[in-house]
Amino acid sequence: MAITSIKNLKEFSTNNDRFEGAHTLCPGCAHSMIVRELMNCTDDNLVVAANTGCLEVSTAVYPFTSWDTSWIHIGFENAATAVTGAEVMHKVRKKKGRLKDNDAPVKFVAFGGDGSTFDIGFQWLSGAMERGHDFTYICLDNENYANTGGQRSSATPVGATTSTSVAGTHSYGKKEKKKDIVSIMAAHGAPYVAQLAPNKWKIMAKGFQKALETEGPCFINTVSPCCTEWKFDPKDTIGITDLSTDSLMFPIYEIIDGHELNILYRPKNVISVEEYMASQGRYKHLFKPQYRHIIEQVQKDVDAKWDLLQRREEARI
Amino acid sequence: MQDLKLLANDNRGRSQLEAGFDLLGWDEVTQGSVLPSFDGDATGIANMKAEERTYSGYNSYTATVASWRVIKPVFNRDICIDCQNCWVWCPDSSILSRDKQMLGIDYDHCKGCEVCVEVCPTNPKSLLMFNEHADLEESLASWPEKKKKEKKSEEA
Ligand SMILES: Cc1ncc(C[n+]2csc(CCOP(=O)(O)OP(=O)(O)O)c2C)c(N)n1
Ligand code: SF4
Ligand code: SF4
Ligand code: SF4
Ligand SMILES: [Mg+2]
Repeated sequence: MAITSIKNLKEFSTNNDRFEGAHTLCPGCAHSMIVRELMNCTDDNLVVAANTGCLEVSTAVYPFTSWDTSWIHIGFENAATAVTGAEVMHKVRKKKGRLKDNDAPVKFVAFGGDGSTFDIGFQWLSGAMERGHDFTYICLDNENYANTGGQRSSATPVGATTSTSVAGTHSYGKKEKKKDIVSIMAAHGAPYVAQLAPNKWKIMAKGFQKALETEGPCFINTVSPCCTEWKFDPKDTIGITDLSTDSLMFPIYEIIDGHELNILYRPKNVISVEEYMASQGRYKHLFKPQYRHIIEQVQKDVDAKWDLLQRREEARI
Repeated sequence: MQDLKLLANDNRGRSQLEAGFDLLGWDEVTQGSVLPSFDGDATGIANMKAEERTYSGYNSYTATVASWRVIKPVFNRDICIDCQNCWVWCPDSSILSRDKQMLGIDYDHCKGCEVCVEVCPTNPKSLLMFNEHADLEESLASWPEKKKKEKKSEEA
């Protein structure tokens, strides 16, 4: 495939954007940073589908589209279904020699928010992974249903206040743990699964390229800090992403063929979960004396997860 | 203002103004509408710069969100080291880079989020936020001196 050079940022910046401005995502939204990287890491033709969510509603506001590629939206849950349908059609037409340019490389990509990926579109995604289509699914994980006003999803972490897990005198916010979507997708036997973050642009671009190059269903969960619902200043999006990867709340790793786990980023100075949480309004209540133990509880979970990832990497299982 | 000659359209936002007159209303569109991003053949778009493309009136490239802004980033070419941090992290595809050089800001698409200023590594920064109505020449003339210690950038 025609991958573009990501040797350094200067080289990378010679790419011509295929994701245009004047979309209506919030200022500072990480969704578009992630999408731009995906679109810029290859010169191949792209067929993109998006689930309903902030990305979709903000980039296809009639009469405008921000996509310089083939792009389709159908429903909340079925970007994986739509794009894999297109993938099959392409394969068949190619075999019959019925394409305008039979040799043009085409990649199939689906985007979904965490709500559509972890919850409402989960079975559709699982089905597409199981059928083994050649496509890449990218989840923009902002840990809530942002587009409808910030409801909790199964990606929302413990302790976060959302409009349906409201913190107050009787509640510390969400009680249930975040679903481990990366492991679930790896368990489908997918050839490439990863968790990536936009602050580590090179690791992310490499991961995207690997997924696009790999034949078969690939899944990538990306951290997408949402200034509106996480409650931080839009200018700090990259700084907050740094805190998320350096606190190991979002470890950066890949799993190849369902078992070969590689850690892709090891922070030099690991910061505490407390420091990460202090940067966002959605965790503010946890700093009250009666809820402080929740921060410790989350720290323990994060430590245990990091320990597990390292042991899996070492044992190659 | 900046004269970059890198933009494929002047008259941006025109179709937004005209939308009420010659476009179908939301309740008149049949389900399953198709909007072409380009006029004519779109082959090889990935290898064309914006100024070489033929954007259709449906492409948001031809629209503007400039009215969202209350503060704007101003670019100081003299200090910039062309690291392209601002390019990779701008969420609104508004950093105009060509041939590894940062040339300026697309003020029709910039929403004034200030991310570019935050990620700019020079001292003083090569991008700073100013009031939307501040004059560019005056803003550049008031650029701060090099700081001894990296403190948070001050708004002018
Ligand atoms: C089947 C269905 N249920 C609910 C909705 C309403 N809805 C639209 S967008 C959205 C939230 C999307 O959340 P997420 O997938 O996390 O994406 P985000 O907006 O956070 O990027 C919801 C609940 C819908 N459109 N269709
Ligand atoms: S609500 Fe969050 S995810 Fe949605 S556009 Fe705003 S910042 Fe982005
Ligand atoms: S202020 Fe935000 S939108 Fe404007 S150029 Fe900087 S990063 Fe891009
Ligand atoms: S981040 Fe600053 S130094 Fe780097 S290219 Fe942009 S303006 Fe220049
Ligand atoms: Mg979400």
